[in-house]
This record gives sequence, C-alpha cells and structure tokens, in this order.
Amino acid sequence: MQVPAPFEYERATSVDHAIALMERLGSEARIVAGGHSLLPMMKLRLATPEYLIDINDLSAELEYIRIEGDEVRIGALTRHRQLLESDELAAVLPIFRDAEKVIADPIVRNRGTLGGSLCQADPSEDLSAVCDAVGASCVIRSTTGERVVSMHDFHRGPYETAVGDGEMLTEVRVPIRPNSSSAYHKVERRAGDWAVASAGAAVTMDGDVIADGRVGLCAVGPNLTNVEPISAALRGQAPSEELYARVGQIAADNASPSADTRGTAAYKTHLAKELTIRSLRKAVARATGQD
Amino acid sequence: MTVVEESTNAVPTPDNNLNDQKPAGFGRMLRKEDPRFVRGMGQYCDDVELPGMLHLAILRSPYAHARIVSIDKTAAEAHPKVKAVITGEDLAASNLAWMPTLSNDVQAVLATDKVRFQHQEVAFVVAEDRYSARDALELIDVEYDPLPAVIDVRKALAPDAPIIRDDLDGKTNNHCFEWEAGDKAATDAVFADADAAEDGIVVTEDIVYPRVHPAPMETCGCVADVERVSGKLTLWCTTQAPHAHRTVYALVAGLPEHKIRIIAPDIGGGFGNKVPIYPGYVCAIVASLVIGKPVKWMEDRTENLVSTGFARDYVMRGEIAATRDGKIRAIRTEVLADHGAFNGTAAPVKYPAGFFGVFTGSYDLEAAYAHMDAVYTNKAPGGVAYACSFRITEAVYLVERMVDVLAHDLDMDPAELRLKNFIQPDQFPYESKTGWIYDSGDYEPAMRKAMAMAGYDELRREQAEKRERGELMGIGISFFTEAVGAGPRKDMDILGLGMADGCELRVHPTGKAVVRLSVKTQGQGHETTFAQIIAEEIGIPPEDIDVVHGDTDNTPFGLGTYGSRSTPVSGAAAALVARKVRDKAQIIASGMLEASVADIEYEAGAFRVKGDPEKSVTIQDIAMKAHGAGDLPDGLEGGLEAQICYNPENLTYPFGAYICVVDIDPGTAEVTVRRFIAVDDCGTQINPMIIEGQVHGGLADGVGMALMEMIAFDEDGNCVSGTLMDYLIPTAMEVPDWETGHTVTPSPHHPIGAKGIGESATVGSPPAIVNAVIDALKPYGVRHADMPLTPSRVWETMQGNHTPPI
Ligand SMILES: Cc1cc2nc3c(=O)[nH]c(=O)nc-3n(C[C@H](O)[C@H](O)[C@H](O)COP(=O)(O)OP(=O)(O)OC[C@H]3O[C@@H](n4cnc5c(N)ncnc54)[C@H](O)[C@@H]3O)c2cc1C
Repeated sequence: MQVPAPFEYERATSVDHAIALMERLGSEARIVAGGHSLLPMMKLRLATPEYLIDINDLSAELEYIRIEGDEVRIGALTRHRQLLESDELAAVLPIFRDAEKVIADPIVRNRGTLGGSLCQADPSEDLSAVCDAVGASCVIRSTTGERVVSMHDFHRGPYETAVGDGEMLTEVRVPIRPNSSSAYHKVERRAGDWAVASAGAAVTMDGDVIADGRVGLCAVGPNLTNVEPISAALRGQAPSEELYARVGQIAADNASPSADTRGTAAYKTHLAKELTIRSLRKAVARATGQD
Repeated sequence: MTVVEESTNAVPTPDNNLNDQKPAGFGRMLRKEDPRFVRGMGQYCDDVELPGMLHLAILRSPYAHARIVSIDKTAAEAHPKVKAVITGEDLAASNLAWMPTLSNDVQAVLATDKVRFQHQEVAFVVAEDRYSARDALELIDVEYDPLPAVIDVRKALAPDAPIIRDDLDGKTNNHCFEWEAGDKAATDAVFADADAAEDGIVVTEDIVYPRVHPAPMETCGCVADVERVSGKLTLWCTTQAPHAHRTVYALVAGLPEHKIRIIAPDIGGGFGNKVPIYPGYVCAIVASLVIGKPVKWMEDRTENLVSTGFARDYVMRGEIAATRDGKIRAIRTEVLADHGAFNGTAAPVKYPAGFFGVFTGSYDLEAAYAHMDAVYTNKAPGGVAYACSFRITEAVYLVERMVDVLAHDLDMDPAELRLKNFIQPDQFPYESKTGWIYDSGDYEPAMRKAMAMAGYDELRREQAEKRERGELMGIGISFFTEAVGAGPRKDMDILGLGMADGCELRVHPTGKAVVRLSVKTQGQGHETTFAQIIAEEIGIPPEDIDVVHGDTDNTPFGLGTYGSRSTPVSGAAAALVARKVRDKAQIIASGMLEASVADIEYEAGAFRVKGDPEKSVTIQDIAMKAHGAGDLPDGLEGGLEAQICYNPENLTYPFGAYICVVDIDPGTAEVTVRRFIAVDDCGTQINPMIIEGQVHGGLADGVGMALMEMIAFDEDGNCVSGTLMDYLIPTAMEVPDWETGHTVTPSPHHPIGAKGIGESATVGSPPAIVNAVIDALKPYGVRHADMPLTPSRVWETMQGNHTPPI
C-alpha cells in the first residue's frame, strides 16, 4: 500500500470557513475535493501538503448545475458524474457529456469534481479543453471578495492557475448562445486512460455561416487555450470539409506535444488535426440540427 | 480420438443454471471457493494480523546503475517508531546479502557494492506501523556514484558496454548464457536449398516480444514469524510454490526444514509473478529473527511493477524456408534475451530458455534451429512469468507471426497455409525437430471448427468490401501447440528439486474426504477441480471433499502451480491416489459382499457383484466399514486413505485455433477487437466452466499485451511504467464477448487424459490479435509491426515509420 507523508486534516463547514483556513495556513495548505488527482500524488509522495482542507461537506454551496438566463453556472464541487448525467446541461452544452463519457472511469467520476479538474490544470485534463472551447469563466473567491477570470487568464501553464494562496475556485460560468452547439473527441489507449490527445469545439451559427467558433485542445502542448487563429479562420465561413481541414491544420501547427509512452509527437500533432476536424464537424451538425 | 461437438448457442445464465449441473464427477459446477471470494471473505497475506506484528518497508535505488558510496541510517534509526534499519552491509555480516536465484545465479537481497537496476533493494526499515516505516525510508541518506547503464539489450554485448555483473568472478562482459536447439547444419542446408530453388522462398522478420508484467491484483508480500522458543519460522507468503520455497530457505539459510512452515493463503493472482523468492521475503525473515517479533512486508503497486518478476523481453529474428506453393520446410531463429540484472528466471535447470524449443509450432518440418544469447541489462530481474508456459508464449508468437509473414509474401490465405502444414493425426506421438514429443493432437478439426464459428469465408468477403471503401478490417489467426505439465524428473528439476507432485487422500468414516495437494491455486479453481477429479474416481460428491493446499505442514511435497502444470501433474496424482483408495475400497467391498475381489465392479460410487447388481455397497458404506467395528478382509489395515508422488511420463500438449477480427479507425489508428473466436483442446475436460474462465482471462491478457502493455524505460534506465496509469491492463471495455469452443483429444499418458489449460489463451491470443491488425493494414503494405499496438504505434506504422518498441 502506498502511503502519503504525514499531514493534518480539517473539514470545512462552509466556503467562508475553507477560505479562512486557506488564508491562515498559507501555501502549505491544499483543498481536497474529489481527491482523485491530489491523493494519488500524495501517495506517490509527489505532493506533500502539510494541511488538507476537505470541502466535501460543502455540497449545498458548491455542488450544482443551474441554467440561468443565457448562462450555465456550475459549482466547483460538481462531480464528473453529475456533468455526465445532467440532461439539462447536455441539451445546451453537449460537449460536457461527450467529454465525461471518456473521462476516467465510473469510480473516479463519482467523486472527481469540475473544480478539482480545472485547479489541477494537468495538460492532459479534459475539462479544461472543454471549458476553453465553450468560453467559460471562473469565479475565484478569497476573504476579500470574488473575481471572475476567463479560461485564458485562469490557465497559467501546466499545473498552474490563477488561484492564489488563500483563494478558491467556487464556480464556472458558461455562456449559452442560440444556434450553437459543441462536441468533444478524445483518443485514449484504453478506457479510463488520460488523453493521448483530444479536441473540443463549440460553434455558433448565423444562418449558413459560422458566426463564432472555438476549439480547445488537450495533451498536445501547454497554453493551447483559445487558439485565436482557429477562431479567426472559422468566423464568417460556411462550414465545409475543406474548412475543417484548414482549421485542423491550424490546430496541428499550434500544437507542441512531447513524445511519451502515449504516443509520438507526430502522432499527437496528427490527432490535434484529426480530432479538431471531427469535433467541428459534429458541433456544426448539432448546431444545424443535422445530427 | 478427437471429439468435435457441435457448437451450441446455449449460454449459461443464472436462470438456466447451465453452469451448475451438480455433477458427481466431471462437468459444470460453480466453484466451491467462490462464496468466500464474492463475499469479500478471502484471507490474503495482508489480512494476516499477529499480536505485536511490525511492518517492513524497503528503500529502493533511484538509479539504474550506481556505486553505493555510503549509507547513513542514523536519522532513520532515531525515528521514534522505528525498530531497526538494516543495510546490505549489515546482511553481509551474516552472509545474507546475496541469495541464489531459481536459475542458479545470485541476486542481491540488499545491494552492497552497486545497485544494478532502478528500484533495486538497498535497505529496509522495520517500524511499529506501515506509515512510520515508509516515513523513515526518507530519513536514510544514501550517497550514490552513478554509472552508465545498459538499457538497450542490443547494446549489452558491445565491447564498451559497462559491466553489470562485476560481482561474478572474472566477468568481463554482460553475457548471461548461450542456448541452442535443433540441428544447425541441417537447417542451414534446407534454407540454402530453398533460397536457391526456383520454387523456394525464404522470409525473414525481426520480431520483438516486449517486456511485460503479470501485474496481479494482489502484490507480493509476506508475514514472517520466528517463534522465539522453538525457533520455528512460519511464513505466510504470496507464493505459488510453497514447498519449493521452504526447501530453498532450508538449503540457503541453513534453517532446519522441519522448522520452516510456509503458508500460502488465498492468492490474488499469480501468473508466475509469485514463483520467485524475492528479497523482501528474506528481509522479513531476517527482521523477525533479529527482532523476535512477527514482521509484515507488503509491496505497494509500484514496487510490484518495477521490481518483481517481469516477463518476455525477447528480441527475435525469425526465418522460414518454404516452397512457393506453401509447404513450410524449416524455421530458424536468433534470439537476444534480456534477463535483467540477475538471472531470476524460473525454469527447469536444463531449460534456461524455458520451453522456447517448441517454436516449431504445430507444423511438420524438415528442420529447425534456434540460437539464443541471454544478456544482463540494468533492469529488474525475472523472466519467466505471466502465464507464459515457460517461454512458449514467445515461441508461439514467433512461429505464428512468421507463418503470417510467409502468407503475406506468398499472397496466400493464412488459414489455408496453416492447414497445409499441420502435423497429421497419424503422426502422433510426434517428435519435433527440436526433440519434443507431442503426445497427441488433431489440428485440422480444431481449425475448421474455429473457421466455422467465425464464418471465415463470410468475414473475408466483408473485408474485401470494406477495403474497397477504405475501411480497415483485419482477420488474424493463430494456431498454437503448448508443452505443459513440467515435468518428467529424468530431465526436469528446479534447483535440483524434481518436478513431481504428491497427493494424499483420506476418506473419513462418514464418507466425506480430504485431499491434500502440493500445488497452490491463485484463482484457477483447484478447490473445485481437484474435488471433481476425486469424485469422478470414487464417487464421493465434490461438495463432500475438502481440498487442502498451500501449507507445507499439511500437504505433501511438490513443486507448485505455474506453467499450467497443476492438472497435468498434480491432477494426475489426484486421480491415481483416488484409484489407490478405490482399490482398497474394492477389497473391503469384497468382504462386505462376500464375493471375490475380482468379482467386484465399480461404477459411479457403488461397488457391485458382477452379474448381481442388487448386491452392492457405496463408497460411504465402505468408509464406515474401514473405520468401524468388525473384521476387515485378511491382511488389510483399517482406514481408507492413500498417498502418492506422481512423476509425469511426458508433458501434455494442448492446442487451439484462435481467430480475431479487428477494426481500425483510419483517422486515429485506434484498434477495436470486434470478435474473438477461441477453440481450445485441452484433452479431457474436468469442469468446462472453469476451463472457459481460464480461457477468458487469458484472452483478456492477450488483448493487453497485443495492444497496450509494456514495461518501458527511458535511456537512463528509469522505469516509466510504475503505476497502473502508465502500465495499462485491459478492462471490460476493450474486450469483446468471447466466443469459445473446444475439441477433445485426450492425452494418452495422463491418467484421465487431461492437458493443461491455464496458459493456452495467454500464449495463443497475442499472435491472433497482432496478425489481425497487420492484416487490416495490408493496404498500407505492412508486413510486421511490434506490440504493443497502441494507436500511436499503429499510426506510425501506417506512415511507414514502424520502430521496434525498445
Ligand atoms: C484513474 C484516474 C483516471 C483519470 N482519468 C482522467 C481523464 O481521462 N481525464 C481527466 O480529465 N481527468 C482524469 N482523471 C482526473 C480526475 O478527473 C480528477 O478527479 C480531477 O482531475 C481532479 O478532480 P478532484 O475533484 O478529484 O480534485 P482533487 O484531487 O481533490 O484536487 C486537485 C487539485 O485541485 C485543487 N482544488 C480542488 N478543488 C479546488 C477548488 N475548489 N479551489 C481551488 N483548488 C481546488 C486541490 O487542492 C488539488 O491541488 C483521472 C483520475 C484518476 C484517478
């Protein structure tokens, strides 16, 4: 049995309590949500926090999916399983269900959370790519108040986010636009494996042309949030296989994956293209009612 | 005689109870051991808790190759919960720093001079709880002087390669052993002939069987308890071979053998990983001896993957000489075998390459030759593990891959090519060109049955249509023959211990019985199968027979369970010991029925007077008589029991025909195993449900090895497969519904005609899957690609960039 180094543990009774503890304990303290990223790292002694602040009792404050007007608000403690099973969410943002079907396994999905996934900021982590594609923003809270940052600003690089000491992520907000849809494609070596590469796309149609489109990529290199040339290439264009191929090529050109046991750099770059094409094709089909 | 039954579509379900036919002997019955497993009430090593028990943790090397400059353990010793910190130097003081391996090499228990693979054992801590033991490891300060490491096996014999085993006297290179089989001159002559002849063809391919790991769900571990007064050691241990381990401890540590008791409790999967003696076991024994308290050592997942018995790691060049119309004439191979830092292979002494010699497969050849160089590298030791039937996995992969290479070059259907070359039924017993005597076989019916189940011709038509549309579908075949049930003591032993197996059967007065085995189940279902063997012979129902195994104080000597040997060897012992009891029962029956012994006949639990079926007694009546009041026939002792030690006359040769259908996504190169048809022939079937279970598990193993599993290293020798997120094993999502079938060709020399089945599917399935993938890639001109066929490796192959995995 792998065992973590010694640490102290406290269960937060409210978000305010959690933030107060974080502020007092400083950089040696870590929030534990689903624990499916943090605990494996602690067991391998790759992470050795001195304090763990458990937020699992804060469902009332942090575990929800609410559709309010032109926005979906998702609490940071919302579990993968809820993102997978919510019909309401799937109706407006099918990309979440697409992605959740291929994230980890049911055991991990029962506990792992949206907040934990984004804060872990693993370059192979799927929900960051999803949130990139749909243009989400993140609500970060501290004792001094709340700030809202775009995904672009949230991501500071692999394993780094805008969440500072004494702060926590409380909510993710995603805009809902009419005539829009989204899709996600992932290649993994086996069910439950992290992505070799994946791509998510979201499009908003204006009649026969794409008014707005975004692609989020995962596991093909750092800082691939909001690949602006992709959005530029899609804007105002009529969807076609030729367009998808051109955009897929931009995704590939912007990818800088490293080779590992999951795949060669060339293969991952190829996937950036292939999966971008597939996601766009699907998102457009959905947005235009052809799926 | 081979029996080919019609396939039925009847699938056992809880409703139709097809799996629970309550047989009086052979037949489908639910496993007797399962009620405790499905309720979570198995008793595994880690469940053993003894009063005052301490916990041991091992410090491992971060380097693949480094000199140990110094070890400072003072801080660890100062930890309040630590009882002892022991280094290699401490062990050396009592001559225990090194131990023999199962291949007559030596292995460091704790490193003294150098570390020779990453994660090698360097020191251990014993503490009051397992958390403190782990914490204290971080307080041990080891200074290393890193050395260049040998990671690529192909460079191990280079003149400038660093010497790994400088502990061995006069060792000036990394050569471990050389081995050959077959007739080189005769084989070379056939190749030369085929090369020169107009109608001849020679095909060559480089084939790698990568390093994989058995990865049992339960990791290895033990609890050692040395009783202070009597000095008796009790070792609860995850071992597939408790008796062999006990004798080795006695010979090596000088402990008297009767003062060692090894108990192998329930085992959560072995697959060969639990055959070797690991340094951790020795450390725990030493710790208990020194401290006088019971000591538990349980590996964690990473330790299991990075330091215990791996499997395979053969780099092979295969060659086939044939005629252009598809008659295979000869096979030749040159192998480079990576044995890691110590030769820890578990194989019979005279078989350092295991049973790789059966690489001639199921085909009637003119000649065959294999040559092997085994080398040391800076990787974990081990070698024979993972349900490999002593390297038959590598052998079968080589020949079945090569036959497909030949089919490719001849543009011939791979099924037709195999059918054309099979050893024919009237040739059995068949002596192969490498000297193996195949006991029985009838290959064509098995092959035809698999093809019928698959709808082979229809599949080929579907494939042709799909190719037209640019879709990638592949059909892969493998036909394997195994040699299992080691083995005849005239030439098979491990460290001098003959590979025979004992068995004891005792029938209680009320007609219930206990049978004691030398082998040890790790999930194979011995508690059911062996009860059924006894039941078939003497008519006591299986549920009335207790099967005792895995405790050296309570079972007869024998070499354990691996290499599919339990049914071929121990199963034969069980049948014969039951017959001994039956013979005695017949004498008692003759007294009870007042007839001569010769006039008594036995059938299904009852002993009758010939021609007078009314006069009969049951085995239960006899059991009471044997222990009860009143006289027995003259000269007969009371009681109803017997014992035996069975020495197999030959190995058994199970075989099978496997067909795999895959689809490949041309855009992402992902492989989906759509169908898998497995027709197995393991001779007489004892419990067909258990046989199917063994086949299902092995097929899943095959999907793992073919598509995703590999123990990989970076160029510095860091193992990059140390977690189950990195070392992938397949899940239910990656495997299809298995389609199994069988033929029955009994073994002529086994008392009940049974052959081993434990490893058939692991051995036979990887080539079928790989052949299917390569068949699918035919439009890309692909003739070979190495495992694991991950999407990336398949895609690179499609681009013409195939590279071997190491
Ligand atoms: C076997 C396995 C397979 C997996 N496969 C995938 C996969 O295919 N794709 C994928 O995307 N992920 C995968 N994961 C990761 C999984 O999705 C995790 O659940 C997720 O990454 C982290 O969520 P968590 O709630 O478990 O976070 P935790 O482990 O609890 O926390 C992760 C990090 O986030 C911080 N944190 C958590 N919540 C907050 C918050 N509200 N505010 C600030 N900081 C916070 C923690 O302090 C910690 O640093 C897998 C995990 C496992 C164990």
